[in-house]
Amino acid sequence: MTRRPKSARKSKASRAVLAKAARAKGRRAHRELRARNPLDDLVDAAARALDLKLEPAWKAAVKTNLEITLRLAGLFADFPLPDDAEPAPIFWA
Amino acid sequence: MNTAWAQASEIAAAVREGRTSASAVVRAALAHIAADDPVLNAFTAVLGERALGRARALDNARLEGRELGPLAGVPLAVKNLFDIAGLPTLAGSKINRECAPAPRDATLVARLEAAGAVLVGALNMGEYAYDFTGENVHYGPSRNPHDVQRMTGGSSGGSGAAVAGGLVPVALGSDTNGSIRVPSSLCGIFGLKPTYGRLSRAGTFPFVASLDHVGPLARSVTDLALAYDAMQGHDSEDPVCANRPVEPVAQLIERGSEGLRIAIAGGYFRDVAFADAQTALTRVAAALGATAEIELPEAKRARAAAYVITAAEGGALHLARLRERADDFDPAVRDRLIAGAMIPAAHVVKAQKFRRWYREQVLALFAKVDAVLAPATPCTAPLIGQKTFVLDGVELAVRANLGIYTQPISFIGLPVVAVPVPLQPLPIAVQIIAPPWREDVGLRIAYALEEAGVVAAPRPAPARGKAGA
Repeated sequence: MTRRPKSARKSKASRAVLAKAARAKGRRAHRELRARNPLDDLVDAAARALDLKLEPAWKAAVKTNLEITLRLAGLFADFPLPDDAEPAPIFWA
Repeated sequence: MNTAWAQASEIAAAVREGRTSASAVVRAALAHIAADDPVLNAFTAVLGERALGRARALDNARLEGRELGPLAGVPLAVKNLFDIAGLPTLAGSKINRECAPAPRDATLVARLEAAGAVLVGALNMGEYAYDFTGENVHYGPSRNPHDVQRMTGGSSGGSGAAVAGGLVPVALGSDTNGSIRVPSSLCGIFGLKPTYGRLSRAGTFPFVASLDHVGPLARSVTDLALAYDAMQGHDSEDPVCANRPVEPVAQLIERGSEGLRIAIAGGYFRDVAFADAQTALTRVAAALGATAEIELPEAKRARAAAYVITAAEGGALHLARLRERADDFDPAVRDRLIAGAMIPAAHVVKAQKFRRWYREQVLALFAKVDAVLAPATPCTAPLIGQKTFVLDGVELAVRANLGIYTQPISFIGLPVVAVPVPLQPLPIAVQIIAPPWREDVGLRIAYALEEAGVVAAPRPAPARGKAGA
């Protein structure tokens, strides 16, 4: 077995430092992910799924519009209706 | 006869009786458009040759002793989402300029011309009708004749400007969430959004199939009724056009409001409005002796559901264009449509289910009353470009909130007449809401108010020479 040159070897202490840094980086990434508005993910994923080109400059406005729409949807989403309530997709007055 | 500000009914009578000719009326209208439209920006196409040809044909018919229709010689203009033979149907967009020219006129254009009207042009509108402002990034904003620095309201902004500015006595618009009633309010004219399915949408560019209505705007109730009567009737070209008999109203409106039970919409419709909207409503209610308040249950949720359905259907309609031509949309419209395409289906289905529930609750109210009064817009015309207004300390977006009172009504297809109260310095309208298929009730009340001098389309100073564009 060929031994690595001494200069390439890391001491136990330096390996521990690197591992700690990696863990910190992982925690940071996790925090950032959690801090990221889930709507960002929805917008990105929906754009990909719908094959929509979404310029970075448009994204904030699209997200804001979706946010407003979902907030309004929240006004009726929990409104109690029976399972057999009929929708009115073609509306007859 | 000076026909520039004459009512359609007066023009038609004069043409039929030979006191003026259709050609003279149309020439005067074209001259008025040439003088004032550079400021008002109501028209996207003026059809001088076609209009003069049509007018000559009417004059010849009269000379030959043939009877002319109830709209003989009346200049007409239509929102540019109506098909006009030989023109691409723009629907306010840049993209549709590349569409093939329409092979024939929309059903309602053909019916109005069959009644003697003369189409003089196509009118500006918000892109793809997704708009309450009358602004348009491609064609410029239509301008309010009462203050050209202010919005017309939309999306039938050109229709509002053309009628209020005296360029034509009658115009057609479409109303998905308020696009006839909002410009009627901000421009101070009368507008009729009929019952969903009453008037044919064949030959119009759609927006939200389950909410799209079409109807007339005019400067008097009589003119609204004449135009409406000429357009009624089943049309197999529009799958949702009801197969009902024609129910003329022009002969009924003089019955007025006597015997009708009229209430004021409370709750949601009283909560958020500037003083002008409340003043207008109070004046109209007082003139009618209406004191009872009635609550349309869950109107706030109804408005939210209309908003969600609109966004989702609009996004779905334009999905291919959003993929291929996103850069050619008005950015404000594009971003709303993209967001609309991303709405989870569960919300849309729930909105449609809620819609039926809400309709049943509101229809039950009409057992107790014949009509309901509500503001048409929360405020008078905002400045062009204005993004927000502050009400009760809360900053609200202009674009979304101009329609807060109209959306819960069109959501369930009820007929509405918007009547203008001529406040100073700017007018504002009140909605008269009637049960399904009872446009006659709304128009009778509107006529009574007009006769009492409570509502009227105020005549602005000529737009020419004003600093607009």
